[in-house]
Amino acid sequence: MNAPAEAPRALEAPRPLPPLPRGRAGLSLGQAMLAALAALAANKLRAALTALGIFIGVAAVIVTVAVGAGARQQVLAQIQSLGANLLVVWGANVRMGGVSLGAGQRPNMSWDDAQAIPREIAAVQVAAGTIRQQQQVVAGNQNWATTVIATDPDWFVAHDWTLEEGRFFTAEEAMAGRKLVLLGQTVVQNLFGEENPIGREVRIRATPFEVIGVLGRKGQNPMGQDQDDAVVMPYWTARRSVMGASRAFARAVSTISVKVHEGEDMAAVEEELRQFFRQRHRVAANEPDTVQIRNLSEIAATRDASARTLSLLLAAVAAVSLLVGGIGVMNIMLVSVTERTREIGLRLAVGARPADILRQFLLEAVLLALLGGAVGVVAGIGLAHGLAGAAGWPVLIQWDAVALAVAVSGLTGLFFGYWPARRAAKLDPIAALRFE
Amino acid sequence: MLIETEGLTRHYPSGEGVVAALEDVSVSMAPGEFVAAMGPSGSGKSTFLNLIGCLDRPTRGRYRLAGEEVARLSTNRLAAVRGEKIGFVFQSFHLLPRADALANVEMPMLYRGIPRRIRRERAAEALARVGLESRMHHTPSQLSGGQQQRVAIARALVNGPELLLADEPTGALDSRTGLEIMALFQALNRAGVAILCVTHDADVAAFAGRTLRFRDGRMFEDTRYPPVDAAAMLKQSFS
Repeated sequence: MNAPAEAPRALEAPRPLPPLPRGRAGLSLGQAMLAALAALAANKLRAALTALGIFIGVAAVIVTVAVGAGARQQVLAQIQSLGANLLVVWGANVRMGGVSLGAGQRPNMSWDDAQAIPREIAAVQVAAGTIRQQQQVVAGNQNWATTVIATDPDWFVAHDWTLEEGRFFTAEEAMAGRKLVLLGQTVVQNLFGEENPIGREVRIRATPFEVIGVLGRKGQNPMGQDQDDAVVMPYWTARRSVMGASRAFARAVSTISVKVHEGEDMAAVEEELRQFFRQRHRVAANEPDTVQIRNLSEIAATRDASARTLSLLLAAVAAVSLLVGGIGVMNIMLVSVTERTREIGLRLAVGARPADILRQFLLEAVLLALLGGAVGVVAGIGLAHGLAGAAGWPVLIQWDAVALAVAVSGLTGLFFGYWPARRAAKLDPIAALRFE
Repeated sequence: MLIETEGLTRHYPSGEGVVAALEDVSVSMAPGEFVAAMGPSGSGKSTFLNLIGCLDRPTRGRYRLAGEEVARLSTNRLAAVRGEKIGFVFQSFHLLPRADALANVEMPMLYRGIPRRIRRERAAEALARVGLESRMHHTPSQLSGGQQQRVAIARALVNGPELLLADEPTGALDSRTGLEIMALFQALNRAGVAILCVTHDADVAAFAGRTLRFRDGRMFEDTRYPPVDAAAMLKQSFS
């Protein structure tokens, strides 16, 4: 037994200790933090399960915001690729003798209509008539079926096309019917692979054309068509060498792309265009329009709005899970306060102020929530990248949303930790010390 | 005087009426005195201890601790008085189960904003004075009951208090260990620390030099006598 050996030693020495220097009153933040961490470490599984609620909430917020932002970014990129401030005019559903021939089936607009639009309507920047045809394009021993677009140089402006290499054709070259083409990147890939096609020859319907440019990449349009799978040539070149349309439709175009000046009212211009064609086609007041006008970026904008609604909905669900996580924190903090009632009594007895106890328990709740939040951030970002890789979803990590999620998790801890912490601080030391 | 009370009274509301836990106690205690408060349960001795320890406020009456009127102090000032002037020793030790002896003894200093280095030194010194320098890094579960109570005494001493308040300090210990604790109290008292010890055991009260007897909320007897020497008794009985 070591007790008898110790007892006499203890009797020799116990002088009272010298008085302590007076420090700052109250528990320091660092000490409160250490105490809170120690309390969490004492119940690791419980802390982890409680933090799980916050973790799921924060991870869900980050993933849903990233997916929503990614979807919106994709839609915005598509709007960009269509061309800004763009109206496209199509032939309307034409009836001949009571038989509907279908929209755009019978060309009822001409190259000259397109030329007249910027002259007649001041708000229009450029207008380009276009005719499209599926054709086999041959280069060396490779061939590729693609859309041949016959148009004017203004078309590149209207659709905001960029150049990957080479140049666009000029108005003079177009009028002269020079045998020049620009290739979309999908066409380049299939005909030339990695080789540079500038200056090379392609043949369409046995006619040789010189490749003078490669268009910049646009990707899919909102309807899912590959905009890079196209060959573009001057309108009059196509008329003479490729399309060989009947004499009746020798100047016909199937669509007219109209680019409106920045800042103009698109709806007003659309109405002016409608009136322009009614006049030009001499439509009687009781007859339907001969053309239909589509605002493509408006269609895309609608998709953007629905993507936004969806991501708001998902964010709301994520916020609810944060709330549930917060209630979990409150629950466990109440349990913790009850369990540690005697400890609280002791701390009060040795000189802790109620504010010190409040601070300690509040900090514990905030740390618990922040812990869940921090792990949630890591998991959320990981999951978002995982979705991007595995499901091919476009995701975009929004760092302000990440910061917000962490801040909200901390605030959740503060909010839901306050009541339990206050309960702890208000304990009567005598009752707390006697608590069984 | 270290302690001066005048008509100290504590009533608790209970159902429709009030319970007079302590009624009109006027007593004083000099610095360095060792006083026992005796009485059966419900006699008011614990209420008296709580009031002296600034854990509670009296319903009526005055209480001066080391010259300071404390009966009407704010909650925060009372906490500061407890931290600076009073050390508590409880029957059931009240140690933090996961902290080692050193951390347990350091704990009261956290609330006085004492820097870590000084806390460590001071806690180690306090543990050495109760004979536990070799047990500093043991947790309560690795210590015997007597050792745990010594850790608690070291914790009570660490802030350098003028008054030690003990509530049945030997109640959870066997007679020999209890005797060792009382010997430690007597040694501390000889070195100048005033001790107020609440007990229901006349044998424990015999180690103090003065006994206050309580019954039904009133102090009815205040006797002084030469104390029994606990160290001598320990030697006589167990060696």
